[in-house]
Amino acid sequence: MKKTFAALAALAIAASTVPASADLMIPNLSYRTGPYAAGGIPYADGFNDYFTLLNERDGGIGGEKVVITECETAYNTEKGVECYEATKGNGALVYNPLSTGITYQLIPKVAADGIPLYTPGYGRTSAANGKVFEWVFNYPANYWDAASVAVKYLLEQNGGSLDGKKIALVYHNSAYGKEPIRTLTELSKKHGFTLVEVPVDHPGQEQKSQWLQIRRDKPDYVVMWGWGVMNAVAIQEAANINYPMENFIGVWWSGSENDVMPAGEGANGYKSLAMHGTGMAYPVYDDLRKFVIDAGKASGAGDQVGSVLYSRGMYAALVISEAIRKAQEIHGTAAITAAQLRDGFEALEITEARMAELGLPNFGQPFAASCEDHGGPGAAMIQQWDAASKTWSLKTGFIAPDDEVLVPLVMEDSGAFAAENNIAERCN
Amino acid sequence: MPDTFWFALEVTLNGLMAGVMYALVALGFVLIFKASGIFNYAQGVLALFAALTLVGIMEGQVPFSHLINAVFGTSLHHIGFKVPALLAILLTAGVMVILAVLVERYILKHLVNQEPIILFMATIGLAYFLEGLGDVMWGADIKTLDVGLPKGISDTIEATTYDLFGYGFFIDKLDIVAALVAALLVTTLTLFSQYSKQGRALRAVADDHQAALSVGISLRFIWVLVWSIAGIVALVAGIMWGSKSGVQFSLSLIALKALPVLMLGGFTSIPGAIVGGLIIGMGEKLFEFFIGPLVGGATENWFAYVLALVFLVFRPQGLFGERIIERV
Repeated sequence: MKKTFAALAALAIAASTVPASADLMIPNLSYRTGPYAAGGIPYADGFNDYFTLLNERDGGIGGEKVVITECETAYNTEKGVECYEATKGNGALVYNPLSTGITYQLIPKVAADGIPLYTPGYGRTSAANGKVFEWVFNYPANYWDAASVAVKYLLEQNGGSLDGKKIALVYHNSAYGKEPIRTLTELSKKHGFTLVEVPVDHPGQEQKSQWLQIRRDKPDYVVMWGWGVMNAVAIQEAANINYPMENFIGVWWSGSENDVMPAGEGANGYKSLAMHGTGMAYPVYDDLRKFVIDAGKASGAGDQVGSVLYSRGMYAALVISEAIRKAQEIHGTAAITAAQLRDGFEALEITEARMAELGLPNFGQPFAASCEDHGGPGAAMIQQWDAASKTWSLKTGFIAPDDEVLVPLVMEDSGAFAAENNIAERCN
Repeated sequence: MPDTFWFALEVTLNGLMAGVMYALVALGFVLIFKASGIFNYAQGVLALFAALTLVGIMEGQVPFSHLINAVFGTSLHHIGFKVPALLAILLTAGVMVILAVLVERYILKHLVNQEPIILFMATIGLAYFLEGLGDVMWGADIKTLDVGLPKGISDTIEATTYDLFGYGFFIDKLDIVAALVAALLVTTLTLFSQYSKQGRALRAVADDHQAALSVGISLRFIWVLVWSIAGIVALVAGIMWGSKSGVQFSLSLIALKALPVLMLGGFTSIPGAIVGGLIIGMGEKLFEFFIGPLVGGATENWFAYVLALVFLVFRPQGLFGERIIERV
């Protein structure tokens, strides 16, 4: 009797945790604990909530429900790889680990396992070259695009010339933080500005030395590549030394409410790159409120809705859902495989009309992927923080990156990766 | 004088100030280690937990609201009013005392006479438990902590030094407050341990557990007392660091900054924690200034440990630690 009961209980547990085989399985390698949780939570909530919206409002995608399996990485590369290994066997369709460190580890693994890796705005920049990176997609923009857009914006601010200017790069001393150095070095040669590198060690709680150096060197502009507490401390220290905030520009991972709120009034005027719109003024939020948040089905407490990182998680989910639709269309089946989803990613086109139809007009840039192009147009906007109203406001439209500099860099880096790993170029 | 000289002096001063902030964290470790021989791995998390609780109380947040709402379908978030900073600090200190009682009752009491490594591992468990508890109680979002402490450059110091030396020094007003608070804290702790009955009992336990027990000192009371004091010191550290960067879970990592301070100053000396903090703070900043540019920068994290290791080679007990005497 006991054995029968145990067997039945085990069966019930298995039935409740394992999805039906036809469901669309999407693991969410998130981080809700540890030093970077404050950034990981809203992103994961936005990601999950968008798929919940599709399930609740539309009955899933093409009639197939999306099942999200969260796995906690704590922004730790080893744990991220463990999460990947633990979830890939359950029919995982795509990974979006929100960590450049984890992305680097997963790139060879996804190629071997045949699962797409989607890293919007982070990860390995040269994965934009689809000829080499068959399974990786990082549209609509990547780190090098961000560095180039920041410089182009500064060029606009200075009448088209940065000759003789000094730009300090304050960066997280990690693979992520070092990504823009190469691009900025090339751009400094092209535009005649001096680049000063100012690394900050993880987690960045103490940055006195770096900001004393900036106070002494008096750079015309400071560009920041930070994440987590490093951003908040840097903005506070900049305010402490009375650095002009309008000359301080962060990458899009240094441009959330989390980064500016702790500095209070001191953060007023701080700028950052933005690869999408933010705030609640989009029709999609009406549906999110109705079908997800007010229905008590939100991933978190529902208090992050509309924030920058929530919007970014939601945007990533939107792109993945559109890729799934495309794959379903290409292969004529709703229950797609990971390999079929890769085809969907590669053939994906998101127009402004489609974004408006999805309830996000003028939110993200239109793009069309191809076999060669997994990186998208790479444009970004500039947003500025208003401490009084506690809101970001967009200061520019989308600014295109400098492909004249970036394309050769992407080709060189991806070419080196292909040579190291004996990868034959595709799309020929 | 060349600008480089003045800049080096400015770096030195700021290093000393940063060292005070490290020392604030190190003090909590010293207090517990001195009284009980336990290396409290949870000290950084105690600072985080105290800061989270302080902000939660100040903002009038309902603790465990996410959990309550999920279970009962309610939408509780705030009690409807904010609590003044001073009252919130006192209430948080009360929470830290209650926490000390609970730690003694449910962890330490059961581990009397165990090996130090067992007690150390228990504090590892406590650290993870407290981190999770803080998350469930108050949420993991970044919180702004403003108890009215001044922040930003001291214009007076900048103007005065500019008039005197032709070079305006940067000193953060928050760092000046931290230095004053640290001085007050050390003075209070010294007076407490020298002149109060409980303080003398604490020193007796620190000197010899068995002898203290034989004269009627309650070891359990002393443990509660010392964990309470360490909790309040953690609250002070949490306020200072939280005012700087907001209260977020990376705050627990400030413990990493305290370790080299302890190695250098000794695990059993309150003045050692202060002097160790000052040496580490100044040393890492000067090294970053002079050598950092030659090796790519970001030297502070590792250099603090190298500096501490160098001291360890010559004085294993740390600068102010009790001398290690082993007799055959």
